[in-house]
Amino acid sequence: MLLTVDNLACRRGDLHVLTGLSLGLAAGRVLVLRGPNGSGKTTLLRTLAGLTPPVGGTITADPEAITYSGHADGLKAQLSVAENLEFWASVFGTLGIDAALAAFDLLGLRDRQAQNLSAGQKRRLGLARLLVSGRKIWLLDEPTVSLDAQNVQVFAGVIKSHLMTGGGAIIATHIDLGLADTDVLDISPFRAKSTDHNNPFLDEALA
Amino acid sequence: MIALLRRDMALTFRMGGGFGLSLAFFLIVVMFVPFGIGAESSTLSIIAPGVLWIGALLACLLSLDRIFQLDFEDGSLDLLATSPLPLEGVVAMKALAHWLTTGLPLTLAAPFFGFLLHLPQGAYLWTFLSLLAGTPALSFLGAFGAAITVGLKRGGLLLSLLVLPLYIPTLIFGAQTVTMIAKGQNNTTAFLILAAISLFTLAIVPFSAAMALRINLR
Repeated sequence: MLLTVDNLACRRGDLHVLTGLSLGLAAGRVLVLRGPNGSGKTTLLRTLAGLTPPVGGTITADPEAITYSGHADGLKAQLSVAENLEFWASVFGTLGIDAALAAFDLLGLRDRQAQNLSAGQKRRLGLARLLVSGRKIWLLDEPTVSLDAQNVQVFAGVIKSHLMTGGGAIIATHIDLGLADTDVLDISPFRAKSTDHNNPFLDEALA
Repeated sequence: MIALLRRDMALTFRMGGGFGLSLAFFLIVVMFVPFGIGAESSTLSIIAPGVLWIGALLACLLSLDRIFQLDFEDGSLDLLATSPLPLEGVVAMKALAHWLTTGLPLTLAAPFFGFLLHLPQGAYLWTFLSLLAGTPALSFLGAFGAAITVGLKRGGLLLSLLVLPLYIPTLIFGAQTVTMIAKGQNNTTAFLILAAISLFTLAIVPFSAAMALRINLR
């Protein structure tokens, strides 16, 4: 197992969002998170990425194997496509950005400033960062936003080759990526009731 | 981590309004003093060390909110926090980049601006040395304030209110270092305390600011 979650409870701010959630991600597998807006997909991914500490339960994974990609791409408008990606390559200590650029069909744009990219091109550059990170567990929050149908297929192809090399991915998405064999987890049953809280001030007020 | 330092410096130079802005602001503050106080050289030369220090300090304040706010808004800070870099190292590199693009230029310019204020002979070298020793503390304390206020809408004003009181010790001993030399006294103690303040903030801020960032990223 690349990542195991047992009886996890997580919150965003003071609000308990999810409770009693367990899941596992094996090498070579994709887990798709489903749930309506506001059901806690982002919160769950941020908790798994280590950005938000869990309220309860355990997450078993090598933190050095995880990379997270959220709604924002983390691009610098004043840097070129290649400079943006080279920065992340040196942060993650990997070499070579050409393969990642080629995978997302960005080679022709490598010297263009990120501020002159279209929304879909920015997203592709943000996703190319996953490849230069060299990490096995990808936590993706709505990765296909602003991608056209053709690039969704390109992205699905990148996911497939990532799985081929022993990686895994947890993806929160509303669309069908066209991946053959995916696990799907609907997180809405794990929604915390609004009375579950852990705020000492509120507890005293309601006691 | 060197890559982060290089990126931050490249961004400051390319973004416009980052590098030249604080220098221009410093020059304007220094130029305003003779307008307000009068151009008598005897008066100006007494207050020159303090004015130079206050000017540098205010100029330094201008660019503080950029240290983390832009990275927070475009999502880079989330990605840096989940990257192999320790967040403490990220803070140290970003504060260092701020010093190299703000504190260091101010330090180099201050002796020339001192000329406008009739800074006494012999105080030029110590203006330079005191700012060289003191401005790292300004950048690192500022990084701490920026880490606390990151994510707040229009946190810039709050940042100034938080950080300015923290600047008081640096200001006192920085200005003292120059004033005492101008009066012909021995300034070793003031200078050593100034250097100690800088070293203390360099040692402690990366940890406290990283803690503040972790809480703000939740």
